[in-house]
Amino acid sequence: MSKIGVFVCHCGENISATVDCARVAETAGNYDGVAFSVDYKYMCSDPGQNLIKNAIKEQGLTGVVVASCSPRMHEPTFRKACAEAGLNPFMCEMANLREHCSWVHEKGEATTEKAIDLVRILVEKVKYNHSLNEIKVPVTKTALVIGGGIAGIQASLDIANTGHKVILIEKDPSIGGHMSQLSETFPTLDCSQCILTPRMVEVAQHPNITLYTYAELESLEGFIGNFKAKIRRKSKSIDEKLCTGCGLCTTKCPVKKIPSEFNEGLGKRTAIYVPFPQAVPNKPVIDRANCTYYIKGKCKVCEIVCPTGAIRFDQEDQIMEVEIGAIVIATGFTVKQPDFFPEYGYGKFPDVITGLQFERLASASGPTLGEIRRPSDGKIPEKIVFLACAGSRDPAKGIPYCSKICCMYIAKHAMLYQHKVHGGKSYVFYMDIRAGGKQYEEFVRRAIEDDGVNYVRGRVSRIYEKNGKLIVAGVDTLLNAMPVEIDADMVVLATAGVANEGAEELAQKLHVSYDPYKFFAEAHPKLKPVETNTAGIFLAGACQAPRDIPESVAMASGAAVKVAALFSKDELTREPIIAVVNRQAPPVYSSCVGCFLCVSACPYQAIEKEEIKNRNGEVIKSIAKVNPGLCQGCGTCVAFCRTKSIDIQGYTNEQMYTEVMALLNEY
Amino acid sequence: MTLGFYPGCSLKGSSREYAESVLALAKAFDINLEEINDWNCCGATAAHNMNKELSLALPTRILSLAEKQGLKEIVVPCAACYSRLTVTKHELAEDSALCSAVTESNGLEYTGSVSVLNVVQFLDKYITPNLEGKVVKPFDHKVACYYGCLLVRPHEILKFDREEDPQSLDTLMLKSGATPIDWAFKTECCGAGLSVSRTSSVGRLSGKIIGDAKDRGAEAVIVACPMCHSNLDMRRDAINSYLGEKIDIPVLYITQAIGLAIGLDRKELGLQRHFVKVTV
Repeated sequence: MSKIGVFVCHCGENISATVDCARVAETAGNYDGVAFSVDYKYMCSDPGQNLIKNAIKEQGLTGVVVASCSPRMHEPTFRKACAEAGLNPFMCEMANLREHCSWVHEKGEATTEKAIDLVRILVEKVKYNHSLNEIKVPVTKTALVIGGGIAGIQASLDIANTGHKVILIEKDPSIGGHMSQLSETFPTLDCSQCILTPRMVEVAQHPNITLYTYAELESLEGFIGNFKAKIRRKSKSIDEKLCTGCGLCTTKCPVKKIPSEFNEGLGKRTAIYVPFPQAVPNKPVIDRANCTYYIKGKCKVCEIVCPTGAIRFDQEDQIMEVEIGAIVIATGFTVKQPDFFPEYGYGKFPDVITGLQFERLASASGPTLGEIRRPSDGKIPEKIVFLACAGSRDPAKGIPYCSKICCMYIAKHAMLYQHKVHGGKSYVFYMDIRAGGKQYEEFVRRAIEDDGVNYVRGRVSRIYEKNGKLIVAGVDTLLNAMPVEIDADMVVLATAGVANEGAEELAQKLHVSYDPYKFFAEAHPKLKPVETNTAGIFLAGACQAPRDIPESVAMASGAAVKVAALFSKDELTREPIIAVVNRQAPPVYSSCVGCFLCVSACPYQAIEKEEIKNRNGEVIKSIAKVNPGLCQGCGTCVAFCRTKSIDIQGYTNEQMYTEVMALLNEY
Repeated sequence: MTLGFYPGCSLKGSSREYAESVLALAKAFDINLEEINDWNCCGATAAHNMNKELSLALPTRILSLAEKQGLKEIVVPCAACYSRLTVTKHELAEDSALCSAVTESNGLEYTGSVSVLNVVQFLDKYITPNLEGKVVKPFDHKVACYYGCLLVRPHEILKFDREEDPQSLDTLMLKSGATPIDWAFKTECCGAGLSVSRTSSVGRLSGKIIGDAKDRGAEAVIVACPMCHSNLDMRRDAINSYLGEKIDIPVLYITQAIGLAIGLDRKELGLQRHFVKVTV
């Protein structure tokens, strides 16, 4: 026979103003199995908690119902009080009299009746509660950071500085990401590489960081605290231990005309190459698709000139298996490429370029050594047009969202142009100027007012070539939609920021969700911006949405703190509110028939197959088994199970039916 | 083989040569184009600016008549007719309440079973597969293919070609031995209905088109719309006065150009009917 205690809280006047708390307690006291019932002004206060503790000890209570506020507020408080009095904390239930009753109804008989109902259903439920224990899972205190751009670098350094190990993988031959390609940064116009490269070096030298460049995630299994990742280390065709980074091979390589990825195709590189002078690690890789030896079977100039004999033509990709406890995804973004704007002639006219290409033109380490020269003939453009929202905020192009960074970098580009080309004319076509950020608006005003950049509010319908000029045909909506034509020497498109190619595939490998644009989805848009829906996997930077540098860095530090918090304990404790598949005595073993509908229903890949074997090791039956580390207690499998073999602990089918029946049966 | 044929008003009047060349080409490839009996106006630009239901009821009647006549596919050479018929099919398929309201007012049965082909789709499906070997006089000229506003837009409904930089006419002309030029005015406005009311505006808008075609060395402009043809051909005086020079690049319907390539008679193709003399 259960001995249940009911504790009705007034919550000052929050509940008692509309609910007759004394009557609720009195009525509950008459229910079968209720041994103790009381009302009190503040149940969460120390005296209130003592009331519960004493009653448990003195009355020998087997279950507790606290009728007060939402369990989101004080469930931990009352569970702890129960535990301190020797009662299993999961024998404590809360009836939400405040948010669900007193706050939303007028004072009156019906309100009190509803409060009584709410208490009654919990009294009936708690009769079927079982003692549960928190789940403990061990933690591997190594983090995997995917992507070596500024977000990945920041996350790696922050985690490493808390004393934990980090494995950082980067798909390109060097870390640095898009930030290493930028000339100057807004709103301060400080040199991007100058502030980035010290961080890159720090990553390379940090004792807690293991850096693998030219490496990609192959597969992932496991769960929070206990992941196993396979990493593909693509063959660099060199022995990194022997290579000194002298660079002789790159100067002697006869294949010299490959468009450089780092320079966005505006410069050339060799087949054996280091992407840029400050690359980390500063050691070359052979691009096998363009190397004469791999195409024709001979050349080997690099092998001949290498003073340390570090070239390895027969090197193969290595698959490495690592154990990790948490993951930070920092894979960044990309910009929309040619053929997306037939009306703007991108890819057709060499002097129509992307913003990222302009960065390379403006950068001292770029193909023009920082002089703004147009790609077609190397002339300095006297008139330049910048187009904001090339693709962004354009549902017809499939990108309804704002790419966020363009308004600022266009202002920066126009400013850099005006600083470098005196007497040059620059125009910006824009829809709206979105300069929300510290000193951002001031920066844009500086471009307009101090540097004389001409801002034209309107869209461009077409760009075409005529007499060696690029005719930019648009409209000025502030001049009553007057058509405008500008004969420019060069046009820069602020192309939409989009998810990386392969983002979808990576999300599926990691079992994290992504939005319709293939950006990785955060767990909550406001309160969990760096978490994913998969426990132990976090997000940093522009892989979640277009982000500028300060935001990416802040997000990376946020993700790093989440990882550090995870690694601060030796074991993880989780609420035991998870699904379990029932087990029975032989010969049934379980009512599960092994249809595994639950496996496909589970959004967290938490259900696996379990084989039940007899003493001879023969398989008698295959049934479902829930991995307690992965299960999030959503209950989807329970709804799917055809034989009612799965239950959520603490919310079993039996408990739910009991609650409903208690509500329907009048006492 | 028999296909349906909806000429619309232009092909019976100002652009008779378009109808003549379509029919001549079909005949050369043993295709019978059967005119829809008792056809009516498609509504063109006027109807949908005044009354939505009327603008749908007119094309629906045409489609119903085609169904009644047992036609599965109809060729609609005029870009405006093609647009109205296709948009109507789309709107009726999307909204069943609207569909029954419109068909009720017509008193004719409508199931939406008739496919509507513009001239490019018709050529692509029935002519070009058999073109090779038939080209006796390759149309060896630099041509500017002009699509106008209606042939490829709105893309969401027509789902035909690329709306910003269409290629279908260029591809067809390439197969007929021509060299299509890359130019910027493929889908710019020709002035359309302002042809009558504000000829000077047409002179300016069409002038930019003809001017660019000339600057890039085009020897002929290829079109697939009677309205475009009228403006670029019939309004050449207005164009020339806008440009301040005399440009005599002829404007040909795609069917005329292909007709010439397969050696059809110039008169059969109606080339003598143009304002700007067809010298190519």
